[in-house]
Amino acid sequence: MERKYLLGNEAIAHACLESGVDFVCGYPGTPSSEVVDTLRVQPERPFYLEWSVNEKVALENALAAAWCGVRALCTMKHVGLNVAADPLMTSAYTGVTGGLVIMSADDPFAHSSQNEQDTRCYAHFARVPCLDPASVQEAHDMIPAAFALSEEFGLPVLFRPTTRICHSKGDVALGPAVASPRKGAFHKDPRQYVVIPAHTRVLHKKLNEKQPALRKRLVELGFNRCEVRGKTAIIASGIAASYVQEILPDNVSFMKIGAYPIDEDWLKEFVGKHEKVLVIEELAPEVEETVRQVAGCIPVFGKKNGYAPYEGELSTAAVAGIMVKAGFLNQNPFAPAAPVENLPVRPPILCAGCLHRGAFYAIKKVFKDAIYPSDIGCYTLGLQLGVVDTTICMGASITVGSGIAHACEKQDVVCTIGDSTFLHTGVQGLMNAVYNGANMTVVILDNRITAMTGHQPNPNTGLTACGVETPAVSLDALCRACGVTFVETVDSYDFTGMVNVLQEAKKRSGVKVIIAKQMCVISARRAGVKRGRYAVDTDACTGCGTCVRFGCPAIEFADEKARINDLCSGCAVCVQLCPAGAIVREGKR
Amino acid sequence: MSGSFDILIVGIGGQGTILASNILGESCLIEGRQVRGAETHGMAQRGGSVESHIRIDGKFGPQIAPGQADLLISFDLLEALRYSHYLKKDGKIVVNRRLVLPTSVYTQKLTPPTEEEIIAALKAHELCLLDADRIATDAGSPLSQNVVMLGAAAKWMPLKPETLLEAVRRLVPKKTIEINTKAFRMGQEAGGKI
Repeated sequence: MERKYLLGNEAIAHACLESGVDFVCGYPGTPSSEVVDTLRVQPERPFYLEWSVNEKVALENALAAAWCGVRALCTMKHVGLNVAADPLMTSAYTGVTGGLVIMSADDPFAHSSQNEQDTRCYAHFARVPCLDPASVQEAHDMIPAAFALSEEFGLPVLFRPTTRICHSKGDVALGPAVASPRKGAFHKDPRQYVVIPAHTRVLHKKLNEKQPALRKRLVELGFNRCEVRGKTAIIASGIAASYVQEILPDNVSFMKIGAYPIDEDWLKEFVGKHEKVLVIEELAPEVEETVRQVAGCIPVFGKKNGYAPYEGELSTAAVAGIMVKAGFLNQNPFAPAAPVENLPVRPPILCAGCLHRGAFYAIKKVFKDAIYPSDIGCYTLGLQLGVVDTTICMGASITVGSGIAHACEKQDVVCTIGDSTFLHTGVQGLMNAVYNGANMTVVILDNRITAMTGHQPNPNTGLTACGVETPAVSLDALCRACGVTFVETVDSYDFTGMVNVLQEAKKRSGVKVIIAKQMCVISARRAGVKRGRYAVDTDACTGCGTCVRFGCPAIEFADEKARINDLCSGCAVCVQLCPAGAIVREGKR
Repeated sequence: MSGSFDILIVGIGGQGTILASNILGESCLIEGRQVRGAETHGMAQRGGSVESHIRIDGKFGPQIAPGQADLLISFDLLEALRYSHYLKKDGKIVVNRRLVLPTSVYTQKLTPPTEEEIIAALKAHELCLLDADRIATDAGSPLSQNVVMLGAAAKWMPLKPETLLEAVRRLVPKKTIEINTKAFRMGQEAGGKI
């Protein structure tokens, strides 16, 4: 057995190889992306793999593969499961023949997300099993078990690692990769695969009948386990179980939950042996509600009576605080330690030379009093430039924009949306806006890549996930096909060109689309694109600060003059902004 | 408590903190020890403040609690100060003598502490201050500054320097093994002098 120091997502990917996975798909989303990214660069890839255009598309592809009897993995972040919820709910009814594992990575504390929803609630809602790992090793070990469980019960299995699993690392014991013995074949069975009312009523009953045996099986698998050590007990789930174990007193009993639905008989027997019970889990009180159902008159401490938070992520220190508060630990082993106050913040920012910065700056210049609905991607950082007024979910900039345009008379609306997000769920909004006669400008920020999640290709890139050339979608033709007549493509680094085309759009009514196109500066660097750097001619610089307000991290200001540092990537947008003409090619002064 | 040796590596997205933490993880594997780590991925990497936690002999959660770190390795002075509350009372600091001012200083007109003020504050702990950029450049490539930092920190880590060097050789691109070996040695020397 081999041991490696791996990222959680790499360990999960390796476990898929050990399970002989046949079909892999997903849509990138932090913290889930590295699973497919690891699998797509394997030197040997005896399985089908794709980045799909969105999570619903991905899950339907994976479901069909599982109907054909092969093992399918479908990955996404938690909010992606909302997009895929439609097929998820009914896939529980139709069931599967090949194993279907849906990885939906949760993000407590919303490190890189728009909310803190809990995938375990979806599993409960859909009545499908859910596995919730406590460590990188367990995340790895759960994958083969998840495929086997899916095949045994004919149900999709939700796998729910959190950020602190996906993006944590550990020494992991790995098994060998296994070749798949399966060949896909679809066997027609309308009573299973055509969910007309007459069929679906029967399927719903079958789904419910699977539950008792499923609950028992999950205890046998060992992901839910317990140890009676005293008169009080702590029940913890997922990574919170690891936090508890670090500081658990010897005389406190411990139950670790890693799989749902929880067997209530088994749980009741454990709880019944104790005088009081503390439940520790991140986000929703999923375990706590089940514990309360079986606890009778035994006191239960948790979220519902204010001992633990509903929101945010836990840590060993946070868990210690909860245990002290609920009387399960005498003293907090972690002395409070406060950070130094009033330090200038260092939030993430658009890169030096990012194509989006110039586009945002031009939008703000031309449309001073507009509403700026935006979307999800690196460009959400346009918030810092004052050009992002709304962000709700993937694809919602255009729909929010048309809603505002219809609700408010004579209000300029300029939406921004990235190419990957536009293809994910944005295009429907554009079609709807044209169909219903909205007045708005849509700027597609086109860097031909899904940058924020790690530069995954999309249908606009011209490459598949595996690097095979494929026809690139024409955004221009797609927008025209939706009925947009004003579609202009402009180089994002051409500030004057951007301003001109925005002014043209401002004069017209209806839906106008501007495709602001340039390579992502990170992709460009990797591809070896070299542009000369720029420098400030200090004699010409008047210290007006225009370039500093542009917000590029390559531009600094000291002693009443601007200065360009070595982050400069040579986009030259600041050259076009400087009213004194003081920004020149490096070395050409 | 777990008895792990907890190291926090901090810096600015893009400075190579992840490779540094991978080298420590690989070193633990070489010595047959358990290890846990946690790091920043995703949007926060875009020039933001980033942190990597490494718990040598760690068996439980991957994050270090504030007030518990044995060692802080910082690629930037301001980031060292930002995370200094993670250190134990007798925790130690290895810091690159470089101060990259965040854009917020210019756009929001915030006043940053000076280099001298930061160093004075960090001196509450045993401190190893080095010019890793310059040393890395002298070693053959400014990109080797993360290895220089590890070299300087080696004296305070419960890992054999030879193990660390072996991990460096395994993880850096083949063409750069020589430069990085030199960078590690020069880092060790710089760390020892102070």
